[in-house]
Amino acid sequence: MKKKDLISITDYSKDEYLKIMELAADFEKNPNQNLLEGKVVASLFFEPSTRTRLSFETAISRMGGRIVGFTDAGSSSVTKGETLHDTIRMVSQYADLIVMRHPLEGSARYAAEVSSVPVINAGDGANQHPTQTLLDMYSILKTQQTFDNLNIFMIGDLRYGRTVHSLLMAMSEFENPIFNFIAPDELQMPEEYKMFLRDRNIRYFEHREFTDIISEADIMYMTRVQKERFSDPMEYEEVKNVYILKNSMLANTKSNMRILHPLPRVNEIATDVDKNEKAYYFQQALNGMYTREAIIAHALNLK
Amino acid sequence: MKEQKKKLKLKVSAISQGTVIDHIPSENLFDVISILELDKTPNMITFGANLDSDKLVNKAIIKVSNQFFENDEINKIALIAPHAKLNIIKDYEVVEKKVVEIPDQVVGIVKCFNPKCITNAEPITTSFSVISKSPVALKCKYCEKITNESQMVIK
Ligand SMILES: [Zn+2]
Repeated sequence: MKKKDLISITDYSKDEYLKIMELAADFEKNPNQNLLEGKVVASLFFEPSTRTRLSFETAISRMGGRIVGFTDAGSSSVTKGETLHDTIRMVSQYADLIVMRHPLEGSARYAAEVSSVPVINAGDGANQHPTQTLLDMYSILKTQQTFDNLNIFMIGDLRYGRTVHSLLMAMSEFENPIFNFIAPDELQMPEEYKMFLRDRNIRYFEHREFTDIISEADIMYMTRVQKERFSDPMEYEEVKNVYILKNSMLANTKSNMRILHPLPRVNEIATDVDKNEKAYYFQQALNGMYTREAIIAHALNLK
Repeated sequence: MKEQKKKLKLKVSAISQGTVIDHIPSENLFDVISILELDKTPNMITFGANLDSDKLVNKAIIKVSNQFFENDEINKIALIAPHAKLNIIKDYEVVEKKVVEIPDQVVGIVKCFNPKCITNAEPITTSFSVISKSPVALKCKYCEKITNESQMVIK
């Protein structure tokens, strides 16, 4: 049987998206299920990411599994010059599943080829972070009760933001989505994703101004503009404060509309938005744990 | 000058059995030799570079005795010698002509242009799907980034 790795969001079919959603809802009802009893999960964080690691490790613990691994490469043999190949070869002999985060792009796909056990990608540099996309999807489904006919606004850094690219591809599997992109010139949605939408006859609109147009939104997906993405620091200074969401801007938005953000935020969502019932980003983070339980159960054929 | 050319022609021509690969850009001659592993062949090879050609100002030619190439093998050079033409020689006669075609998958040969790609950090055979043949665009199986024709570097 084929190993159920999760490296890129497109590794899953539409049916698998729906299965993960069902399982996540089940884990939300009952997070403590002893499905991983007697199993060992390797949690390999070649670069630190406390938020993602805690979410995964809590998911594993709630499923009764044991965790081996490291929280950053500094404390491991990696600093002694061991290749990713050798680390993965060794670990896949010990563990039943590997969760990994690595700064280099393509590292997770390569690890999956080397490993004899399934690999879940918890982020490979600026490339993919598919468990984030699945938790975003679960948050959309929970707040909208459907994946069909949704008007999804993506705001901020649409050029380098891997989460918006993956979400766009996944949501394009469902009926009649509309996308609205709000970004400065420097950070527009890349042509290859717009071409992807055009090829499928999916409507999208591009805006440079953050205006009342958001009154059409069902979902507002905010992203942070990261300084390290800019080669020219002046360019960053010019755009960093352009797209800040404030509570006053939400007055005319739809009642079902919810605001998502992959967190951590910097200043792109003003704190006065937090108390608005349309702010969903903190619940979204909690949904990550249920979604990761679902992904682990699916990867090991436990459900 | 004319005499010299005539002499060169005599030197590189006339193999009894084998393959003549013509219309190679001169600057890529040695890459073609290494991709086809002609640097390891026990067969006699002769080559000439910087010859006149209608299509290429500087073209190179390779003649390999007693060796014939499968299409899969020869198509590997299409990325760097897209106009290459092959003459298959038997008993001093051209018995077949072939052109090269860019394959749908490129394994090895090209480096991924992305400095943050894992294939540039560890000894990994690169692998690309060809998403466009003219101009060439290669999508890395690992980092999923696209290497364009202008960014292509031979490994
Ligand atoms: Zn690559």
